[in-house]
Amino acid sequence: MSIIKLKNISTPYCLKNINFEIEPGEFIVLLGSSGAGKSTLLNIISGLNNYSGEVFYNNQNINKIPTEKRNIGYLMQDIHLFPHMKVYDNIAFGLKARSYPKDKTNKKVEEMLSLLKIQNLKNRYPKDLSGGEKQRVGLARALITEPKTLLLDEPLSSLDPKTAKEIREELVKLHEYLNLTTILVTHNFSEAKALADKIIIISEGILIQYGSTYSIFNRPNKEIESFIRVSNL
Amino acid sequence: MKIKIKKNSFNSIVPIAVFIFIWQILAYTANTPLFPTPGKVGIEFISLLKNGILLENLLSSLWRVIIGFLLGSMVGIITGILMGSNKIIEKSLQPLISILYPIPTLGWLPLLIIWIGINNRLPITLIFICAFFPVTYNTLTGIKEVKEEYIKSAKVLGASPKYTLRKVVIPMALPNIFSGLRQESGMVWRTVIAAEMFAVPNGIGSLLINAESLIRVDIIMVCLGVLSLMCFIFDRSFIWIENKIIGEWR
Repeated sequence: MSIIKLKNISTPYCLKNINFEIEPGEFIVLLGSSGAGKSTLLNIISGLNNYSGEVFYNNQNINKIPTEKRNIGYLMQDIHLFPHMKVYDNIAFGLKARSYPKDKTNKKVEEMLSLLKIQNLKNRYPKDLSGGEKQRVGLARALITEPKTLLLDEPLSSLDPKTAKEIREELVKLHEYLNLTTILVTHNFSEAKALADKIIIISEGILIQYGSTYSIFNRPNKEIESFIRVSNL
Repeated sequence: MKIKIKKNSFNSIVPIAVFIFIWQILAYTANTPLFPTPGKVGIEFISLLKNGILLENLLSSLWRVIIGFLLGSMVGIITGILMGSNKIIEKSLQPLISILYPIPTLGWLPLLIIWIGINNRLPITLIFICAFFPVTYNTLTGIKEVKEEYIKSAKVLGASPKYTLRKVVIPMALPNIFSGLRQESGMVWRTVIAAEMFAVPNGIGSLLINAESLIRVDIIMVCLGVLSLMCFIFDRSFIWIENKIIGEWR
């Protein structure tokens, strides 16, 4: 039984008839060059983009469910932590928006701070955080409402190699520990190889290949073969 | 650090001291009541303070400014928020505001004299108009300048549009709102003085125009000094409030 199913998804200027299904607990990497439509796909799943076609979540058609009611965790490319809120309030935002009791909110935030090892950042403003710290806070903020699915839009692209490695390890841990279904967007092949159970390759709005990481890298179709060759240069 | 502060204070005091020095020399040389020395103006200032005339007129102007400014700003902020968060309201009000905004505040004076008459409501209404339009525009701009991505982030996190407006958009528009308030905090003083000069029997503006009719240049200078001081105090107060509210995260 799939947790996410996209059926005949198209957008006017980007995606063309995209179809795929994702099983619960899978780590999927959406791979493709810039402008291929990867982020648009995440926006469609989260309900931020208009589209034609159908999106199913837990076998339920969610086309008419607004973004704020989907409870799908989404870490956007530039994170966009609210600059006027301290780290604590940024993380607590999702719970406060749902009118959670104060004591429960406090407990959950503390749990998240501890899970992401960022207790020391609690009272800081986003302007005082490094790139890696922002990513961790963004993850805590996205996960506090206990979504079953986490969408990540190039979370490692703006980080230095050392921090990117740390966050990558963190993502794998979180994915396993919270039993998340994770979809990560990247244009980096080695990142995809290191993280993915399955890979979806998109080029110019068309899904070119979808399969296990092993099959993509060992039995790529012709287009992907050249793609892999170019990216290895 | 201390040395730097001392140096900065020294740098700002020197031009004032030079200005007073030149004024003293010119006034002493001219030797006419039409151009009094700083000392004479100072003595008149103390005398007006002692007999209560200055304080009474200053308080009249001050409460008009506070009431007009508070009302104009509040209505301006609310209108700006409504326009910024609702496209229908924005499209409906934008043409009307665009037509009325360019009219200089004092241009309303003859019309308001006919409609309201010469009483306290006149300067208060003028100050209201003076504050309302710029504060509306600055609030609207502030709300429009909040990046769409922050609103999307709030949505994804489960926030309703109203919650997002209250907790994300309005707080992030505060720097622009404060900039509008600060900009107008000086303008409202100029407006109240002008209104009092033409149409109200008390207040600093009225004292100013009475001094002119008696050719009391020393009193005119005292009034201008007080006006300058009030503009300065208002400006600094807004900087202080702004720093208290948004200084930490900006």
